[in-house]
Amino acid sequence: MGGAASQLPKEMVSEYQELTFLTKQEILLAHKRFSELQDRDSLSSRVPMEKILTMPELKSNPFRRRICHVFSTSEPNDGSLTFEDFLDLLSAFSDSATLEIKSHYAFRIFDFDDDGTLDAGDLEKLVNCLTGDTDETRLNPEEMRQLIKNILEESDIDKDGTVNLSEFQHVISRSPDFVSSFKIVL
Amino acid sequence: MARNVNFELHDLRAVLESPVDEDGIHDSFHQLIEEQTLDLSADAEAYELSELEEGEGRDNLGYLASPSSRQQHGEMQEERTEPLMDQQWSTATLRVLSSMPSRTIGRSRGAIISNYYNRTMQLRRRRQSRPSIRDFAPSSRPSIRGYGGVETDAGVDDERKWRQLVINLQNLPVSDRVQMLRCMPLSVDEKREIRRAALEYKGRRSSENQRVPCFSQLKICVIIALRHGWYSWLSLLSFLQLWQIALKKVSGRFGTGVLSYFVFLKTLLLFNFFLSIVTGFFLVLPQAIYPALSYALKFQGLELLTGGGYFTSTVMYYGYYTNSTLKKDCIWQQAISQHSNQTACHSLYYNMPLAYFFTIGFAFFITGIILVYTMSKSFGQSFRIDKSQGVLAMKVFASWDFKVSKKSSIKMQCENISTQIKELLSELALQQNTMGLLQKFGKSCVHLLAWTMCVGSTLACVLAVFYFSDYMHMDQKSRARVNDTANPLVKEAGLLALPVVVSTINLLLPGFFNAVAWMEEYNSPSTSNYVSIFRNLMLKVSVLGVLCYHWLGRIAHDPTSLGLQCWESFVGQELYRFLLMDFIFTMLDTFFGEFLWRLFSQKALKRKRKPVFDIARHVLELIYGQTLAWLGVLFIPVLPIVQIIKLLCMFYMKKASLMMNCQAPRKPWRACQMTTIFITLLCFPSFLGASVFVTYTMWTIKPSESCGPFRGLNSMFQSGKRWVEELEKGNPNLGWLVWAHTYLVENPFFLFVGAGIFLIVIYFHTQVLDGQRKIISLLQEQIKNEGEDKKFLITKLQFIHEQKRPLSSHRIRGASEGSSSY
Repeated sequence: MGGAASQLPKEMVSEYQELTFLTKQEILLAHKRFSELQDRDSLSSRVPMEKILTMPELKSNPFRRRICHVFSTSEPNDGSLTFEDFLDLLSAFSDSATLEIKSHYAFRIFDFDDDGTLDAGDLEKLVNCLTGDTDETRLNPEEMRQLIKNILEESDIDKDGTVNLSEFQHVISRSPDFVSSFKIVL
Repeated sequence: MARNVNFELHDLRAVLESPVDEDGIHDSFHQLIEEQTLDLSADAEAYELSELEEGEGRDNLGYLASPSSRQQHGEMQEERTEPLMDQQWSTATLRVLSSMPSRTIGRSRGAIISNYYNRTMQLRRRRQSRPSIRDFAPSSRPSIRGYGGVETDAGVDDERKWRQLVINLQNLPVSDRVQMLRCMPLSVDEKREIRRAALEYKGRRSSENQRVPCFSQLKICVIIALRHGWYSWLSLLSFLQLWQIALKKVSGRFGTGVLSYFVFLKTLLLFNFFLSIVTGFFLVLPQAIYPALSYALKFQGLELLTGGGYFTSTVMYYGYYTNSTLKKDCIWQQAISQHSNQTACHSLYYNMPLAYFFTIGFAFFITGIILVYTMSKSFGQSFRIDKSQGVLAMKVFASWDFKVSKKSSIKMQCENISTQIKELLSELALQQNTMGLLQKFGKSCVHLLAWTMCVGSTLACVLAVFYFSDYMHMDQKSRARVNDTANPLVKEAGLLALPVVVSTINLLLPGFFNAVAWMEEYNSPSTSNYVSIFRNLMLKVSVLGVLCYHWLGRIAHDPTSLGLQCWESFVGQELYRFLLMDFIFTMLDTFFGEFLWRLFSQKALKRKRKPVFDIARHVLELIYGQTLAWLGVLFIPVLPIVQIIKLLCMFYMKKASLMMNCQAPRKPWRACQMTTIFITLLCFPSFLGASVFVTYTMWTIKPSESCGPFRGLNSMFQSGKRWVEELEKGNPNLGWLVWAHTYLVENPFFLFVGAGIFLIVIYFHTQVLDGQRKIISLLQEQIKNEGEDKKFLITKLQFIHEQKRPLSSHRIRGASEGSSSY
C-alpha cells in the first residue's frame, strides 16, 4: 500500500472510513505519515518496528514495543506494521473508538506473555513500565508483592490468580477516565 | 470420590488438538504441546521416560501432594482462596487451562468471530428480520459443544461460523452493519474480507430481483447522496477544528488534566460565538442599518478602558436602541403611538422592542438547553454505579495517559504514578490502624480553624465591597447634586475603582485559601480539590451577589438621584469595566504569578521544580468571566464579541505561559469527573444566576424613560404582553396563546405540579440504581462460586492425569502418598 507519493483512491478511503473509527482527515493524515516512514527502496509494504518507533507519538512511550507487537499481523511476529495495521492502531486509539475496543486492545498490550490472562508476572512488568526505570520511582519487592496482591484481590473475581479479559473490562468500566487517556492523535 | 469422575484420555487428546488457529498461542506452551503429542502417542516406555525428564520434569510431586494438605490448612485458617497458578500443573493441564474460553475469548480469531456472530444474531432478533431456528446459539460465549465429546474439525467449524457471520451482517440495516464491523477487534484486512463478502452476497441477491421499482431506486440514490453529503460535512467539521495542533502540543507535554482547561475554554468560546451571532444578527445589525440620531462625542483613548464616552452613543449599549418599529424607506418616528399606525409603506418592518425582548429570551433559552444537555451527557460519561472498590487496580490499569509524548513529561508521569501508588499502598496499610480519639479531635479542630478563617475572610471582603460600593454611590450622588463640571472622562476613570477592588480580591483571596489548605490534611486528594473549589465558588458567588444588589437595588431603583439619563447603559458600562479589569488582572497574574515566580524560584531559591498550573483556579476564573458576560448581554448586546476577543487572547497567553513556566499538577487529576463538575458549575450557579438576574430585571424593574427600546413601559416584559394582546385583538383565533400564558406561565400551580413529577421520576431512577448495585454484588458472588468449581475440576483433572501416567518407582511412592492423604 502506497509508494513514494501516491494518493489513496477514494473508494479505499471510504472503505477505511467504514471499517475503522477514523475520519477521512485522519485517514489521509495517517497515509501521509506512513508514507514518510516507508523506505523508498524496499519493495515490501511493511515498515519495520524500529522505524515505527521513531514516530514522536510513540518514541518515549513505555508500551511502544507491545503496541507494535499487538497490532502487527506479520507471520513471525516482529512488530512490523502495514498501512492497515497502522490504521488499526490509530482506530483503536482514536476519539470515537468504543470502550470495548479500547479495553480489548489495552488488555492485549498489557498481556506481556501473550497467554490470554494477566498473571503476576504480567502485572509486575506492567507496574515497572508505569513507574519507570529510575531507582527512586521503582517499587521495592515488598511493595510490589503487596501491590500485586491487592490488585488481584480487587479485580480477580473468580479467584484463579489471574485477571482475564472480562475481569479487566469490569475494572476498566469503573474508571471513566480510561477512554480519554487511552488516546493517541497524530 | 474420584471414582465417579471419569475423564477419558482420548477425549483429552481431541481437546488438545482442536485449537487450530491458535498456532501462535504462546511460545512457552508451543514446545510443550509438541512434546505432549509425542508423549501421548508413543508406546515405548523408555522413550516416554526420557521425554518425561525434559517435559514433565516440571511436575513436582511435593506440590501435587499439597492441595489436600493445603485444604486442611485452609479449613483451619480463615478462608483464603488459593490461586490456580500457584501450583505446578502438568503440561496437559496447562494446555487445557490455556485453551479455556475465558482465556481465549480476547485473543483467538475463532472466538472473536463466534462472539460477534452471536451478537449479530441478537441484533437481528431485535431488529426483527427473522433468522432461521438453526442459526440460534444458546450463549454468547464460544459454545461448550465444540469441545470434547463431538469430534468436529475446528477448521470447518470456524469456516461455518464465518459464513454465518457474513449472512447475519447482510441482513442487518446498513448503519448497524457498519457499527458492528467497526467494533470488531479484528485486523482491518480481515474486516475488509468480511465486508466484501457481505456486500457481494447482497449485490448478488439484488441482481436476482431485476425488476426493482423506480421509486425505490430513486430512494436508494437519494439515501446514498445524503450519506455522501453527511460524510463530507463531518470531514468539513473536523477540518474546521480550532487549535488542534496547539491542543495536541499541550496534551503531549502536560496530559489530559491541563488539556481539560483548554477544552473548557474552547467550549465557552462556542457558547459566546452562538450568543454573538444571535444578538448581532437580530439586534445590532438592524439598528446599525437604521442609525438613531444622537449626539456624537469624540473618541478618546480612555473609552476602551471605561466603556463610556464615545461608546454610549453607539450600537454597543442598550441606551442607543430605538423603541419603535424600523421601517424601510420611511422616516422613523420617535413617539410610541407609531407602533400601530399604518403608514403608506407596507414594506419590511421590524419591531425593535419586541425583537430585543424575544432575542434575549431566545438566546438564554437555547443556551440553557445546550448547557443542560452538555451537563447531562458529561454526567452520564463520568457516573459509575459502584466506585468504591478497586482503587489500586484502576490506578494500575487505567491511569497511563497515552497522549503524553514528550520524554521529560513521560518521566514526570512515571514519577507521579509511582508516588500515587506508594501513597495508596501506605494508606491501605494505615487504614488498618485506626486513629486515636485525640488525633481525630486535633484534625477536626484544624479543619474548623481553616474553615473559620476562609469564611471570615470571605465575609470581610464581601462587606468591604458592599461598603465601598455604597461609598461610590454616595459620592456619585453628591457630585450629581453639586453639578460637577469636571471632565466626564476623569469622572468615569474614577468609576474604575470598584472593578479594581473586586478583581484584586478575586486574585488575592484564592492564594490565601491555598495557604490555609496547606495546614490541613485530607483523606484523599480529590477531597482537597472539592474543598478548594467550594471555597473559591463561595467567594465569587457572594461578591457577584453584592454587586447585583448594588446595580439593581441601588442604581436601578433610583437613577435620577445619580443624574443618570439611562441607568441601563450605566450598568452595562459597569459590566464592561468589570470584564475588562478581570482580563487585565489575569494578564498581570500570568506575568507576575507565573513568569516572574518561575524566574525567582529557579534563580533565587534554586528549586528545580517549576510552579504548578492550578487547573481548578483557572477554570473558576473562566466561569466568573462568563457569568459577567451573561449578566451583561441584556445591557450590552455586543458583550459576547468582547468576551470572544478576551477568550482568544487568554488562550494564547495561557498557552505561552504554560509552555514556558509551568509544570503539570503532581496530584492525580480525574479529568472526566472534574469536567462534569465544571460544566455543572457553569450551569448552576453561573447561568442560573445570570438568568435569574435577567428575568428579574425584565419582570420587575422599570426601564428608563428616555432611552432604550422599552422607554415608557412599566417593565420590559410588558412589550411582549402588549404584542400578544394586539395579536389577539387583530386575530381572535390566537386567544389560546393568551390563555396559555395566563394559566401556565403565570400560575404557580402548574410549576408545582411539574416539579413534583420530576422529583418522583428522579426517585424512581435512584431506586433502580440501588437495585442494580445489588445485582452486581450477587453476580460477583456467583462468579466467585464458578471459580471454585473451575479450580475443583482442574485439580481433579490433574489428579486423574497423574494416576494414568506410567508408573515408575518414585511415582508409586508419590501416588500412594497423594491418595492416602485424600
